[in-house]
Amino acid sequence: MRNDAQTVPPEGLAAEDGPPGALVLRLSGDLDAAHVARLWAPALERVRAAGPAALRLDLSGAGYIDGAGLALLVRLRAEAETAGAAVELIGLSERYGHLLHLAQRSIGAAAGGTGRPEHRGAARRAVEGVDGLWRDVRVVVSFIGEGSLALWEAAAHPQGVRWKDVIAQALAVGVESLPILLLIGFLMGLIMSFQSVITLTRFGGEIFVPNMLGLVMFREMGPLVTAILLAARSGSAFAAEIGTMRVNEELDALSTMGISPVRFLVAPRILASLAVTPIMTLIFNFASLVGGALVMLSIGFPLVVFTSRVFANVTASDLVGSMVKIAAFSLLVGGVSCLKGLRTGGGASAVGRSTTSAVVAGLVLITVADGIFAVLFYYYKF
Amino acid sequence: MQEQGTIISVRGLTCAYGPAVVLRDVSFDVARGEVFVVIGRSGCGKSTLLKHMIGLLTPVAGQIVIGGRDIVTAEGPERLEILKNIGVMYQMGALFGSLSVQQNVGLPLEEYTDLPEDAVEAVSRLKLSLVGLERFADLMPSELSGGMVKRAAIARAMALDPAVLFLDEPSAGLDPVTSAELDELIRSLAAALGITFVIVSHELPSILSIADRVILLDDQARGIVAEGDPRTMHAESRDPRVRRFFDREARLPVEPPAAAAAATPEARA
Repeated sequence: MRNDAQTVPPEGLAAEDGPPGALVLRLSGDLDAAHVARLWAPALERVRAAGPAALRLDLSGAGYIDGAGLALLVRLRAEAETAGAAVELIGLSERYGHLLHLAQRSIGAAAGGTGRPEHRGAARRAVEGVDGLWRDVRVVVSFIGEGSLALWEAAAHPQGVRWKDVIAQALAVGVESLPILLLIGFLMGLIMSFQSVITLTRFGGEIFVPNMLGLVMFREMGPLVTAILLAARSGSAFAAEIGTMRVNEELDALSTMGISPVRFLVAPRILASLAVTPIMTLIFNFASLVGGALVMLSIGFPLVVFTSRVFANVTASDLVGSMVKIAAFSLLVGGVSCLKGLRTGGGASAVGRSTTSAVVAGLVLITVADGIFAVLFYYYKF
Repeated sequence: MQEQGTIISVRGLTCAYGPAVVLRDVSFDVARGEVFVVIGRSGCGKSTLLKHMIGLLTPVAGQIVIGGRDIVTAEGPERLEILKNIGVMYQMGALFGSLSVQQNVGLPLEEYTDLPEDAVEAVSRLKLSLVGLERFADLMPSELSGGMVKRAAIARAMALDPAVLFLDEPSAGLDPVTSAELDELIRSLAAALGITFVIVSHELPSILSIADRVILLDDQARGIVAEGDPRTMHAESRDPRVRRFFDREARLPVEPPAAAAAATPEARA
């Protein structure tokens, strides 16, 4: 196929002025991807710089032309024609002429097809944008409505709840996350106490470490870390499971059975999260106290000093506050993760995207809600 | 107005995805107990039509009356009544991966009947035996072969003894032998239980062997271009759009059912 006998002049590109205002571009050698890569910019640059009234492409010296070479010809011709120049091809073999014709026809069709909406794009895109936003809002509102209804029905008719699913989910959310929960809790208690001891020793205040630790863990870190763990471990799993079901048409199958996916899939997951996260928070708090106690023991305080100071300082309202918080966090994380799962598009990459966005949305919601709680608790002196 | 023998009646159905109209002003009837097949090339709107008929998508215009109720406008309990009266087998089966085969079949029974647990299990095993899967009832869907998944999906679709079964591309992704077995199953279920089948397919051998009546959709016409007995259509139609669909694969050896072959002997030619 290749015309190896062709001699390749340096650069393979020669430009000269033809008749008045005309530019002659001589392309020679095999116009394959490697060669075209060197020619592309100079050739286009030459045409743009000259701004000729007519462009003559001389291909009599060209050998084999591949897709890249063809693209270059199409591009050069388009460039010159938009500048108002007449384009003439010389020396192009019939075979390539036919190919070029085909390529230009389809490119022309594509440009004609996409070109028109592009022109009236701005207004249309704005309308579509608002429309899309409106649809999103409607989806979220209907999801919240349907979710609340499902939870309300679960409370009103507990016998209608798929408890087997709830228990399975509770095991996955709670029990399986126990090791990592204990580890993080223990290490956080240990590290926090250790850092505080270093600072407070300078003022002889290391005796206050248990007070601080109890308060911080019960009020703030317990619910926060548990919720983050929920988003990372279980929120991602919710979104991936439900998203995969969407891709496999299982959600469609539920709908055509007349079974609401929210009631069937979302409610058990949220109920399970609501049930186990308070216990997880308590376990986390306990593990962090063990870590703190270890630090206090190591600097010579008896255990009873630690425990008495912790429990003298942590009140029932701290505990209730942390339970309220974690309940709200798990509602948010469970809800948003399932919503992301339900809204998965088609294909494996869509499942990945919705999993990622479930975790991110979960973390954002936790942080925002925690901020709101901080303000509310302060305002109401809780 | 609905005839006595008509179970599904589609009138003036227009389906669109945004500005792209897929089907325009489509009307047809499905008679009670027949095997009705929607045929056409890929992208002609077969699956879109099916999704509208089972209520997953809402049409731009038109009505889809199933058993006397319009699924387009029905809401709440009325919609549920329609849904309980139809079963759907999805292209890839869509069995619930977290439930065993038997639990998959039992799910609609659990949801809609007051049967005790062991009765649900017995009924779902019976349905599985109808499709020849009783020995695999306790397996998980991921442990089944492609053909078995589809048969299990048919069993699940039949769980509530619906009047109409919708099958989306039953032979997609199956080898010719398994595909033929599935066709055989569909015919025997139609004959034994009197269920109406609405099937979307483009597999010519399968269409010729199972269909009582077909409609041919065309993406250019955005609607029905031919309607009738597929064997007659295959043998006699002169419409270029029909010919294009049938002739492309018509060289495959096709054994039409005996009754149909007797009715249209030229189909053998």
